[in-house]
Amino acid sequence: MTISRRGFLKGVASGGVVLATGVPAAEARMSKDLPPEAVGLLYDATLCVGCKSCMVNCKIQNSVPGGALYQQRMAAGVKEALFCTRPAVAEEPTSPPTYETTGIKGNEGIWDAPQDLTGDTISIIKVYRNGTGEKKDAPLNGYAFFKQQCLHCITPACASVCPAGAFRKDPVNGSVYYEAYRCIGCRYCQIACPFNVPRYEWDSPWPEVRKCQLCRHRFKEGKYSACAESCPTGATIFGKVTDLRAEAKKRFAMKPGTEYDFPIRTLTSGDTTLRKVAGYADRIFGLSEAGGTQNLMLSGISFDLLGFNKDVPNSALPDLTWAYIAKIPWVFLGVFLGGTTLHAITSRMHVNGKDKDKDKDKGEKHD
Amino acid sequence: MIDFTKYAGPNLGGVVNKLLDDRHSDYLGIKMDTPFTRVLVLLILGAAFSAFYRIVYGLGASTNLNDYWPWGLWISFDVLGGVAMAAGGFIIAAMVYILNWKKYKCIVRASILNAFFGYLLAAISICLDIGRSFVIWHPMVMWQVNSIMFIVAVHVVLYTSTLATESSPMVFEKLGLGRALNGVNRCMVGIVLFGVLLSLLHQSSLGAVYLIAPSKLSPLWYGKYIPYMFLVSAIMMGLSMVSFETILTGKVFNHAPPRDVLEGLARGIVVIGCIYIAMKVVHLVTGPGLGGLFRYGFLGFMWLLEMAVGAFIPVVLLMKKANRRNLHVLFAANILVIVGVLLNRLNVGIFAVSDFPNRVGGDYFPSFMELMLTSGMIAFAILGFKLCAKYLNLFPQTHH
Repeated sequence: MTISRRGFLKGVASGGVVLATGVPAAEARMSKDLPPEAVGLLYDATLCVGCKSCMVNCKIQNSVPGGALYQQRMAAGVKEALFCTRPAVAEEPTSPPTYETTGIKGNEGIWDAPQDLTGDTISIIKVYRNGTGEKKDAPLNGYAFFKQQCLHCITPACASVCPAGAFRKDPVNGSVYYEAYRCIGCRYCQIACPFNVPRYEWDSPWPEVRKCQLCRHRFKEGKYSACAESCPTGATIFGKVTDLRAEAKKRFAMKPGTEYDFPIRTLTSGDTTLRKVAGYADRIFGLSEAGGTQNLMLSGISFDLLGFNKDVPNSALPDLTWAYIAKIPWVFLGVFLGGTTLHAITSRMHVNGKDKDKDKDKGEKHD
Repeated sequence: MIDFTKYAGPNLGGVVNKLLDDRHSDYLGIKMDTPFTRVLVLLILGAAFSAFYRIVYGLGASTNLNDYWPWGLWISFDVLGGVAMAAGGFIIAAMVYILNWKKYKCIVRASILNAFFGYLLAAISICLDIGRSFVIWHPMVMWQVNSIMFIVAVHVVLYTSTLATESSPMVFEKLGLGRALNGVNRCMVGIVLFGVLLSLLHQSSLGAVYLIAPSKLSPLWYGKYIPYMFLVSAIMMGLSMVSFETILTGKVFNHAPPRDVLEGLARGIVVIGCIYIAMKVVHLVTGPGLGGLFRYGFLGFMWLLEMAVGAFIPVVLLMKKANRRNLHVLFAANILVIVGVLLNRLNVGIFAVSDFPNRVGGDYFPSFMELMLTSGMIAFAILGFKLCAKYLNLFPQTHH
């Protein structure tokens, strides 16, 4: 009995070693470098006039198959999830844009009235108001517009926390996208995102998580993000991240009142609008937040006042969990080795103790 | 007793007869048809209804969860709390099978069964909490090793099956399957060791879930060491849970609780409780500072409440040897620890993430359906334990 148990324990211990060394985690760590062809958006709140054409175009362009707001038939969605297959592209017709009525009387889906990012709205223009609200881009007695959407982190927390890998980062253009067929609906992405971007389809029995995917389904047609395409003032422009960073830094450094040719739609479209620089507050949002994001924002009012989460760390979030995950193989090793050793020692002690008891019993003729 | 061989044939009927034979537990005097059991059944039916409603109509219709409060009662109480309540299983199993502390052998079956129900509770609740319940197995086939949730999922599956294996000797014994019984018993040390490993990782990884959210979780709870605080508090809770349950079963079923075992458990609670208090205090002082208790208003109060109920009071109580021997004081201290650690999980899961949602106007209070499911799950665990006590040989030592 003792021999077979010892043999068994040996097997357990060596199994533990194999497990400890065989965990294929070392190479899985997420990259913290900007992808080679990374693209993104630069939103300059001082140029925004609040016309919301970006939101309109966003809903239309993303309701096509492959778009971030595309409403797949539930049966097809369930089937793909059960069989773990990627959806077949473009067989189903375009779904109607996901208008929100927000309970407004008379609005029976005729016009879109979103109040916040939701499962039906992945980019939104909001307004900041203070006091009399007379002066644009002034924190006191002023007003300002600001945009909320996914910022496409360089090291996205949502992609790192998803247990089924439903959120992924494109290794070339860097857009963070979602594959519904993988999703289990656990909403850890919502907990992890420091910008509160991913939104859930709460009303659906087969919910998806919705967020901006940078219109990546339009890239192969040679098109770019719908919001930048339809922005008349150049508040939202599309471009390579490195170029956008240079542009943002240039604007940030300029003196208020200087005249500047602001590019419209994309950095290289050739169309510009000549306007005076309004002056920027705070910082360029997106250079360091959560380790840096591909979308950048400039504003005349500080981002804290606009209601952005002010506690976002300036380092990549997945590192925080990686420190824990990296220890797991060692726990395997430690528990198996420590456990078997302790068991071996205490078993021997136990056996010895029993023998002694027996001896004692014999000697004293007790019981 | 009904003879099932008449209805289900000699083979199946014989098995059912064997399973339903409760002569060996007659001395416990467990009655099934009591008002309490009826209430339990009613609660379970309520939970079944809300589970059905949730699957058909979705989370929005059945819960008050929203985009600013994606996790609520089910995650914080059923999953975080249920798993913490189950910690007793691996501790007692390790003490008996690995450290050979044979004194505790008389409670090992009960505590493993208790852990099994804790995990079932967590597993069923998380299955209903995720939006796409039918593909809950996705993490198993779509490995994503960066995700704590993946690690949690793997552990839930592996450890629930480990607990089932650890409990299986009771069933094999009942059915007279000598070979299976022998097989499991021979591997028991290895199985227990595997269970210890999974538990250490799982208890701590539930805390590690929140590592990624420094900007959401209040600094009163967020810290680099939150996984270890979860682990230590779970061990404290596990010991109390086992002690609580031993005293309780002693009271309601006719069998005397083993005094020296309870005293040993109480000593364990004091030692672990002191470690936990030290960790929490060091975390408080080095993190948000003592002033944090006042700066964060209501959250500071919740922190103090959780620590007073779950750690300070019971540890001080049990420091005295006389109190450790007094069943009434011990019982009260156990309840305090259990309530306090559950409160800690509720704090982390619901209150500590309230800062940001409150600023942008988010709100959450569990809906009737959520409360109904949770209470039904607790009823399920109690009734399941009672059934097992009646039909399986749960307290081997006291029986013979």
